[in-house]
Amino acid sequence: MVARLTLSAADKRGWAIIGGIILLGALFIPLSQLIFDMRFTYTVRVVALGGAVLGLLSGVLGSFAVLRQESLLGDALSHAALPGVAIAFLLAGRELSWLLIGAGIASWAGLRFLSAILNTTRLKQDAAMGIVLVAWFAAGIALLTYIQSIPDASQAGLDHFIFGQAAAIIESDVTLVSAVGVVVLAVVALFWKEFKLVTFDPDFAGANGYRIGLINALLSALIVVTVVLGLQLAGVILMVGMLIAPGIAARQWTQSLDQMVIQAAVFGAFAGAVGAVISALDSDIPTGPMIIVVSFLLVLLSITLAPGRGLLWSRLRQRANRRRFAAINTLRDLYRYALAHGSEDTPAPDDFIRGVRAGSVESGLRQLRGSGHIMQAGAGWQLTESGIALARQDQRNQRLWDLYRLHGDELGLPALPEDRQLNIAAALPAAALELLESKLEPSDRL
Amino acid sequence: MPDHPDQSGQAAPTKIALSVDDLTVAYQEKPAIWDIDLDVPEGVLMGIVGPNGAGKSTLIKAVLNLIPRAAGTVMFYGAPYEQARSLVGYVPQRGSVDWDFPTTVLDVVTMGLYGKLGWFRRPGKRERELALFALEQVGLLDFLDRQISQLSGGQQQRTFLARALVQDAQIYFMDEPFAAVDAVTENAIVDILQALNKRGKTVLVVHHDLQTVAHYFDWLTLLNVEVIASGPTAVVFTDENLRRTYGGRVATLNGGLPAGAGG
Repeated sequence: MVARLTLSAADKRGWAIIGGIILLGALFIPLSQLIFDMRFTYTVRVVALGGAVLGLLSGVLGSFAVLRQESLLGDALSHAALPGVAIAFLLAGRELSWLLIGAGIASWAGLRFLSAILNTTRLKQDAAMGIVLVAWFAAGIALLTYIQSIPDASQAGLDHFIFGQAAAIIESDVTLVSAVGVVVLAVVALFWKEFKLVTFDPDFAGANGYRIGLINALLSALIVVTVVLGLQLAGVILMVGMLIAPGIAARQWTQSLDQMVIQAAVFGAFAGAVGAVISALDSDIPTGPMIIVVSFLLVLLSITLAPGRGLLWSRLRQRANRRRFAAINTLRDLYRYALAHGSEDTPAPDDFIRGVRAGSVESGLRQLRGSGHIMQAGAGWQLTESGIALARQDQRNQRLWDLYRLHGDELGLPALPEDRQLNIAAALPAAALELLESKLEPSDRL
Repeated sequence: MPDHPDQSGQAAPTKIALSVDDLTVAYQEKPAIWDIDLDVPEGVLMGIVGPNGAGKSTLIKAVLNLIPRAAGTVMFYGAPYEQARSLVGYVPQRGSVDWDFPTTVLDVVTMGLYGKLGWFRRPGKRERELALFALEQVGLLDFLDRQISQLSGGQQQRTFLARALVQDAQIYFMDEPFAAVDAVTENAIVDILQALNKRGKTVLVVHHDLQTVAHYFDWLTLLNVEVIASGPTAVVFTDENLRRTYGGRVATLNGGLPAGAGG
C-alpha cells in the first residue's frame, strides 16, 4: 500500500467516524447499565463478544456484496442454509459445528444451483434468486416441522435459526466463530487487490490473466461462511440485513474501498454487539430483529447526515445554491439594465426586475440589500458603489474566462478546471494572468 | 497514413502479433462471430469496424479469453494467451464498470499493474510512480486523487487509457475508446494511440465512425459476424467492401451513396 503521511479531509472524516462509533460502543456499556439496569454478566459478555465478531465479519464481506450489487444474493444464501441445518441435525445431532457445516453445504448448493440456472437459461438473476430462495427455505421449514414432531428434547432451540437467538450462544461458539473469522479476514487481506479488481472491473481482471471464476468463487465462499456463522445470531430471514447494512452505511461516509471496509467492520461490530446485548435482556426478544434495528439506525443516520452523499447535505447544498444564484443573477440583471438605460447607477424599476426573474428575485433583492450592494431608489433598485464594483468584477471575470477558453492553449496557460464562479485572476499565476489580460478589450480593463 | 493505395503491398511488417484461427463464438444458437481468421502484423494501428451486432466486442473478448469459444485458436506472437498475457493490454468499454465504485483515479490506474505484481503482492512506490507517469501522458495528473464518480466521460476514458498504458503491453485491445467523448478528448486519445503505435506497439481499436477510419488507422478489419476484409486500410476501405459489411445502405466517405443503394 502506498504510504501517505498527510491525510486528506475525507480520510480524517472517515477516521473520525470510526473513532466515534468505537467510542459510542464503549459508552454503551455504562449507559446500558444505567438505563436498562443491564448487568454485564458472563453470559451477556459472551453474547456481546459473539455479536461484535460476527458483525465485524459481516461488515467486511457485506461491503463486497454491496459493491458487487449482490445484496440479495446474501438473502438467497442465508435462506438456502436452513435445510442444511435441519439435515445436519437429523444426521449428527445438535452440535453447532455440524449444523454450520450443513448450513454451509446447503447454502453453497443453492449458490451453485443458482449459477446453473443463470448460465443455462434466460432467467434473470432476480427471478432465479427468488426461486432458489423460496425452494430451499420451504424445504428447510418442512424439515424443521418434521424435526419438531420427533419426541426428543434435543431439538429444542433449532427454530432459533429462523430469527436468531443470541442467548443460545455459548463461549465455545464464540471461540469457533472467532477462529473461523480470523481465517476469513486473513484471506480477505491476502486477496485484497484481487477482490478489489474483480469487483470493480472483472473483464479487465480476466484480461490480466486473473482466474475470475476462481476469485469470484472464493469471495462467494467467504460470504457463505460469514452468512452461515451469523445464522445462529441473526437467523436465516434477517441475516442479509446484518450482512449488507454496515456496508451501505459505510459507503455513504467514504470514497475509498479500504476505509469503506474498515468502517463497515466497525459499524457491523457495533450493531452486532448492541443488538445482541439488548436481546439478551429478555429471552423473548429475538436477536436478528434487534441487530437489524440498530443497523438500520446506522444506515438511516448515514444516508441522512453523510457529507456529500447524505440527504440533509444535498438539501442544504441545494438551498445554498438557490440563494447564491438568486443573488448573483439579480445583480447581473440590475447591472445589465442600468448599462442599457444610462449609466451604472441607473435604477431599474421594481416591476421590471421582478418580471425578468420571477421565482428567485425576492431572495436575490433581499440578499443584495442586506449586503449593501443595492438600495431602493423610488419604485426601483439602484446599485450602490460596492454593488457596481462587484458587478464590474463579475463581468470582467466572465470575460476573462471567455478569453481563457478562446486563447488558453495558444498562450500556453496552465490548465484550470473551468468553474466560472471562481475568480480566474486568483487561480492563475501572475504572469499567466498578465498574458490573458492583454487580450481584454480596452473597455473591459479596470 | 496510407496516402498511396498502390503501395499497400510494400514493406508489410513481417512478424505476426496476433493470429486468430477459425474463431467462433455463439451466445445462444446463433453465432456472434463465425469462423474468424485474422492475422495482424506487429506495429499496426488497426481499426475493427462493422455494424451494430457485428461481433466487434465479442471478437476482442473471445481473443482475450473472457468468454467461452465454440471453436478456434488465438496466438499472440506465436504463444497462446496463457503464456502471452503480459504482452496484452486491454481497455474495456467505459460503460462496463460502476463508476460509483469507491476509489480514486490513481488507484484505478494502478490496477493496470496488478497483473505484473501477481498474486498477493501489493503495489508500492514504484507502481505509484509508473501510474503517475501514465496519468501525465493522458493529461490527468491533476486528477489523481479525484473520486472516479466525479469524472466526465472523457476523463473516465482517459483513466482507462492510462491504466492500459501502465500495463506496458505489446499489443493493445481497445473497445470503443471514442464512444461518447467530445472532439478534444477524441483527438487526445488518437494522439496517444498513435504515440503507442510509433513505439512499435500493435493497437486494435473497435471503432464506429467511418468518416475517420482512413485518417486514424493504417490497418483495417471489416467485420460482420465474419471477417469481410482485413489488411491495409488503403486496400480494404473501399465502397465495395463497405457494402459487403453494412449492406447497401451505407453512405461512403465520398458522401455519396454506393451504387445500388435504395436512396
